[in-house]
Amino acid sequence: MIKDKLAIVGMGCAKFGERWNCGIPDLMIEAAYEAFEDAGIGPQDIEMCFFSNTNAPNNCSGTPVADTLKMHGIPIVRNENFCASGHIALIEACMAVASGVCNVAMAIGVEKLKDTGFGGLGTGRGLSTVREARRTAPGSFALGAAQYFEKYGLSYDEGRRMLASIAVKNHSNGMLAPRAHFHKEITIDDCLNAPIIATPLGLYDCCGNSDGAACAIITRTDMAKSFRDDPIYVKGFGISTDSILPHYRPDFSWTSFEALRVSSSKAYEMAGIKNPREEIDLAEVHDCFSITELLIYEDFGFSPRGKAREDIEAGFFTRDGGLPVNVDGGLKCFGHPVGASGIRMTYELYKQLQHKVDNPKRQLNDVHIGLSHTFGGPPQISAVMIVGNEK
Amino acid sequence: MKIGIKSFGVYVPNYYLSRETIGLAWEAKGSKGKKSIANVDEDTLTMAVEAAMDCFRFVSREEISSLYFASTTAPYAEKAHSALISVACDLENNSVFTSDFANSTRAGTSALLAACDAVKADEAKNSLVVASDMRKSYPKSPEEMTLGDAAAAMVVGTGDVFATIDGTFSFNDEIVDIWRNAGDQYISVGESRFVVDEGYLRVMKAAVAGILEKYSLEPKHIAKVVFSGANARNVAKLAKKCGFSADQIQDTLLNSVGDSGTAQAFLGIVSALEAAEPGEKILLADYGSGANTFILTATENVRKVHRADTLKRFLENRKEFGSYARYLSFREIAPAKPGSPFKLPASSSMTWREQKLNLRLHGSRCTECGAAIFPINRVCHKCGAVDKFEEFRASDLVTKIFTFSVDQYAGRSDDPVLVQTVTEGENGERYYTIMTDFNVEDVRIGMEMEFTFRKMHALGNFPNYYWKVRPLRREKRTKL
Repeated sequence: MIKDKLAIVGMGCAKFGERWNCGIPDLMIEAAYEAFEDAGIGPQDIEMCFFSNTNAPNNCSGTPVADTLKMHGIPIVRNENFCASGHIALIEACMAVASGVCNVAMAIGVEKLKDTGFGGLGTGRGLSTVREARRTAPGSFALGAAQYFEKYGLSYDEGRRMLASIAVKNHSNGMLAPRAHFHKEITIDDCLNAPIIATPLGLYDCCGNSDGAACAIITRTDMAKSFRDDPIYVKGFGISTDSILPHYRPDFSWTSFEALRVSSSKAYEMAGIKNPREEIDLAEVHDCFSITELLIYEDFGFSPRGKAREDIEAGFFTRDGGLPVNVDGGLKCFGHPVGASGIRMTYELYKQLQHKVDNPKRQLNDVHIGLSHTFGGPPQISAVMIVGNEK
Repeated sequence: MKIGIKSFGVYVPNYYLSRETIGLAWEAKGSKGKKSIANVDEDTLTMAVEAAMDCFRFVSREEISSLYFASTTAPYAEKAHSALISVACDLENNSVFTSDFANSTRAGTSALLAACDAVKADEAKNSLVVASDMRKSYPKSPEEMTLGDAAAAMVVGTGDVFATIDGTFSFNDEIVDIWRNAGDQYISVGESRFVVDEGYLRVMKAAVAGILEKYSLEPKHIAKVVFSGANARNVAKLAKKCGFSADQIQDTLLNSVGDSGTAQAFLGIVSALEAAEPGEKILLADYGSGANTFILTATENVRKVHRADTLKRFLENRKEFGSYARYLSFREIAPAKPGSPFKLPASSSMTWREQKLNLRLHGSRCTECGAAIFPINRVCHKCGAVDKFEEFRASDLVTKIFTFSVDQYAGRSDDPVLVQTVTEGENGERYYTIMTDFNVEDVRIGMEMEFTFRKMHALGNFPNYYWKVRPLRREKRTKL
């Protein structure tokens, strides 16, 4: 049993955004030293490190961590798992401690997207030179939206309006997050009138392309109180990987994703959660696009199948709703430096559950169990982490 | 047994430029008519694949024993195009002889002569001849108005032919009238009176007289003449000089497609056959440093193709291209700013290794459980059997859109809007590719799509080809 055996005792998160004057080392230092200070330790206390990054020049492995933080000689394992990389680094750190190989492990995600010279994540994916030659992230996730509208009989305009509510919510939340990339209140009409990126997704349906970093320090629960009085406990986690082109899978519905269903149910099982809609107090989920957040509501059991629209209209996922989702603005406003996002989302849970959110106006009351999640690809790989502030 | 035409096919691109649009761009009056223009993802090779595959309406792939490709504007200066066309058409490597014909607008009918010779040598043979051109001229030159892009193909063999090829006659002539130096983008044309009088008219007249004399025929014995030519005025002048009346002249689509180079004579033959009555004779004369001439006679079988709509389905399902500036960019005359770089590997070895998937468009059907999937999967997605599969060809299929998105920025900077498409075949297998030649407002879930061979990019310093989907054009035909 993993539940409650591991604890997060220190976390850090850099300011997200277009950090033109910062490179990978600067962002890394910002997140790592906040985490070291938070845990009351230094880099010399880390026994194993799990580095998440998707966009650094090839073949850098874990060396940016050794070079920057002077953590020489310990195992530093880099992972590249699309948008789920941050969560996977966190889960790797948990498994390293759980296995008994080490007592203190660090997960750090750093992404410098704004050095590529172009906006977005670029064109072309996968291992084939031709089959995915013009594949983009918005164009791919939009495939789910077209099929969702078709399946549930929504007109293009009704569907767009439903998705716009998600963007409006996350922008409103982002206003209260000082480290978020974007601070801009928007309306439904702003969303509907914005330029289309890939039908039916408009500009405000798409998350920010940001630089950022986030860091977590994991130890055994029985050692956690020697670091701090309010450690956050790991309740469960799950990872699920699907093919790079589920597009080719016969019967693939595009309105529900196996990776989402499996990763969440594994995490629920580990955490002993039977009814996620009732038992989870807040969630940070992968809103790379508004449609993604909607599909997650249904695959994670936050909303009954096909009923997400009713919950959205009822305000169920707003800050004062039944299950607040993406209270720090989500990828949409906090920004999405790919390899850092999973750890940043868990950082928000950590601070919320400790009642130490940087802006008190964003602090939720009476929260005990939080879920964070990233979904990469698109849409192949999903990773979930559930944490709590009580054993 | 009589040698003749057993099948034919054409391809006219989805876009045409009105000659008025070209005129407007130069603040001049454009001439009448349209010129066909290839899309940005097309070249003579992809157009040739379309036309060649169109021939499989009347003969099967398995019957083809040689494939000849003719063009003056093929993408490679060194490398066999016919080999690649044969593979894209999914012909067997070990039973098909391939060869390229080039450098003269007469290369299409020269390949046709070679095909006749091959069948004469072995009557069991069927030769597929495909001609394709997209010639470039200087902006603001007269040829800019007249040159058009198209491809056409014919299968020569014995047996159930639509028309017999009863005689041929060739005439050689050395003249520098229309030419393109190695490395030049644009064709050069000599002084117009010299080119027309001492080139085209003199040579074609001699060649036509030569074949009539050789077979003791007179103009009154001929139902239609198919004369290739740069414009309709010259063709009419030639017909008159040869003793033919205006109603004997077969339109070679000069005003709807333009002068399509090596393909022009073939387009004329296809049009003539679809209107010919059994027993009628057609005289074909094709020009380029001399001339090739043919006498054809329509057979009883020709009635079968009267409603084949071979050209009509392409000509009636195409779209005006409104922007001269974008045309210049598509043809790399004035290229627009390049887009962001691709995040893709480029590898000639991978391209070679994966040709069954990417060029032949093969999927796999499990021989243990019957499940079909695209592309070829070595491990069955349903039952897990390893290497127990037979391949199936997807390129002939019509599939339906399962889901799609219209991405406004994913394409080239001069062609940014791109439709990502997931389609589903009859056996539940799915295809993911991008759509081309679409009207964005028409795209719907459930819409029927056909596959079309296209150029994806030139990473690795060679054209990388694959299949896209498009709304029905080739398949929009009268079922025979």
